[in-house]
Amino acid sequence: MVELLFWPALVAYGEAALAYAGDARRPGGAGRLATWGVRLGWLLQTGLLVVQAARADGFPWGTWAGSLNLFVWLVVSVYLVWGCRSRFRLLGLAVMPLAAALLVLARVGGGTGDAGRSHYSTAFLVLHVGLVSFAFAAFTLSAGLSALYLWQERRLKGRRAGGLLGRAPSLVTLESIAGRTIAVALPALTIGIVAGLVRVSDQGTAFDALMVVTLVTWLVYAAYVVLRFEVGWRGRRVAYLALAGFALVIVARLGLQLSHFS
Amino acid sequence: MLTLVGLSHRGTPIAVRERAFVPLPQAAELARELAADGEAVCLSTCNRTELYLVGEDAERRGHAALARLSGLSDEELGSVVYRLTGEGAALHLFRVAAGLDSMVPGEGEILGQVRAAFEAGVTGAVLDRLFRQALHAGKKVRAETAIAESPASVSSAGAALAQQVFGRLDGCRVLLIGAGHVAELCARSLAARGARIVFVANRARERADGLAARFDGEGIDLEEVPSRLGGVDVVVSSTGSPGWLLRRAQVEAALGERKGRPLFLIDLAVPRDLDPAIHELDSCYLYDIDDLEAVVAESLAGRRREAARAEAIVAEEAERFREWQASREVVPAIASLRARAEEIRTAELARARGRLGLSESQHAAVESMTAQIVNKLLHLPTVRLKEAAAGANGGTYAEAVRHLFGLGEEE
Repeated sequence: MVELLFWPALVAYGEAALAYAGDARRPGGAGRLATWGVRLGWLLQTGLLVVQAARADGFPWGTWAGSLNLFVWLVVSVYLVWGCRSRFRLLGLAVMPLAAALLVLARVGGGTGDAGRSHYSTAFLVLHVGLVSFAFAAFTLSAGLSALYLWQERRLKGRRAGGLLGRAPSLVTLESIAGRTIAVALPALTIGIVAGLVRVSDQGTAFDALMVVTLVTWLVYAAYVVLRFEVGWRGRRVAYLALAGFALVIVARLGLQLSHFS
Repeated sequence: MLTLVGLSHRGTPIAVRERAFVPLPQAAELARELAADGEAVCLSTCNRTELYLVGEDAERRGHAALARLSGLSDEELGSVVYRLTGEGAALHLFRVAAGLDSMVPGEGEILGQVRAAFEAGVTGAVLDRLFRQALHAGKKVRAETAIAESPASVSSAGAALAQQVFGRLDGCRVLLIGAGHVAELCARSLAARGARIVFVANRARERADGLAARFDGEGIDLEEVPSRLGGVDVVVSSTGSPGWLLRRAQVEAALGERKGRPLFLIDLAVPRDLDPAIHELDSCYLYDIDDLEAVVAESLAGRRREAARAEAIVAEEAERFREWQASREVVPAIASLRARAEEIRTAELARARGRLGLSESQHAAVESMTAQIVNKLLHLPTVRLKEAAAGANGGTYAEAVRHLFGLGEEE
């Protein structure tokens, strides 16, 4: 059953990635195919997660690869909130290849099959892994939006905006959605980190590199929220800040998690 | 037979097109006059005057009407007028409705003009179908291609770029510097997208007040412009000033008040009104006339690329119209053939009943059997005729059937 859902989901994400590339070259029908690929792939991956949850004894995505599987689903879910609009198709060009590649990585790591029993409690894993994964997925999308902002801003500054008109969201829209996404994700990350810190304190375990990087990531995004919404920073400065935060998300998500739950 | 007689910007000078132009109320009158016992629609815009006619002697009547309107002699008119019939006329109208025959490919105004002409015309089965399908083709081309998406004029390019910065322009505040025709055109383009023209600055204050009043804004003096920059999102400048009216330092001074909000500036003046160094400031985007013309040129090139896809859609619609017309020729032939067969069957059945003295049940059996024989005999010819209608020979087949079975001869 898991195989029957994983492969079609991967094919749908792959098809969406290719169709987005086709749409970038020539807008039109390929963009609609891409949107349907994302929707179908998301439904299939949702089915995969449901099957995994039904078969598992507890939280099934507590491992590095399992949480990567969940992370991909969350990234696509957040993207789907507004990504089906034609003006956001350029963002899909960045998101869907990443989603397909990470899903393959999750499979290689064994995160798309049946999960073993974790020695962590389900409540802790839901609170910690679930919320941190959600926040990281939202930060990933906001980084994509910020990158799109910087690319578009560069084209407007370079007076090469002709091919852009009507094909990408406006600068103000991109900045606003990126800001709101981070503002929603930061509380989730905060709760996830607090849950982790409480456990560290209860168990008396030592801090590892992932915990430190996650805390620094929190600091960067907290600074983003303060500077963007309180101080009034706009434009390129906040876009670069969102990308800096995302660099830490990559380190935390892909570089350091292998040993965290061992 | 559907006939089109017309003249357009392709080959007819504007002086003649002006004379041939027929305002909508008069176009309705002309259509009534030309329709006589048939159908007529007069499509008249600044680029074309076209008469779509169905009925006897349509081409001669259309030609005479155009000669009367344009004031040209038959010989002069003959060199500029075009005449198309049947499928050619249909394809032409579909291309017109799609904006493919316009000066700017894909321009949107023509679709409304085609609809207005249709509503003012005298239409029957053919022109009703033709114009409905033309409107459908026009909408389909605009929905399925990007031909109409990009700006086609400097003022619309400025407005489209402002949208690329701000998104919806609802609530965007605009400051106009200069109160001339160019500034007004750009202001209209921005206002049509939801922007508010809040200030109009001009050396002659009364002109500023006049233009501001048309947009429900406020006229101000040129000296007040720097102090207003903090509260506006778009600045449009088009004065005849020999030097810069707004310098980088003045805009930079207003940035603190703007708190990072972008400022989009459009300089339509030659020589330029706005210091080009303003563009270097963070969150400031300054486009001059050359930049906007480059955007328009790129956008027109894009429209021409999309035109190839639009042509394919229009050709499909023209083919559908041709099939419909062909089926109109075949359907009456099929109906006559079946009516004739039924007439013979019932007559023969009545004679046989009297001769053979059939009971009710025997009569019902013979009735059913003869009906089946007729249906089976006519099934294949009916199918073949319908197939022929989809091809190019529908009319020929229909005529052959009428001739072979003597349909309509007894009348």
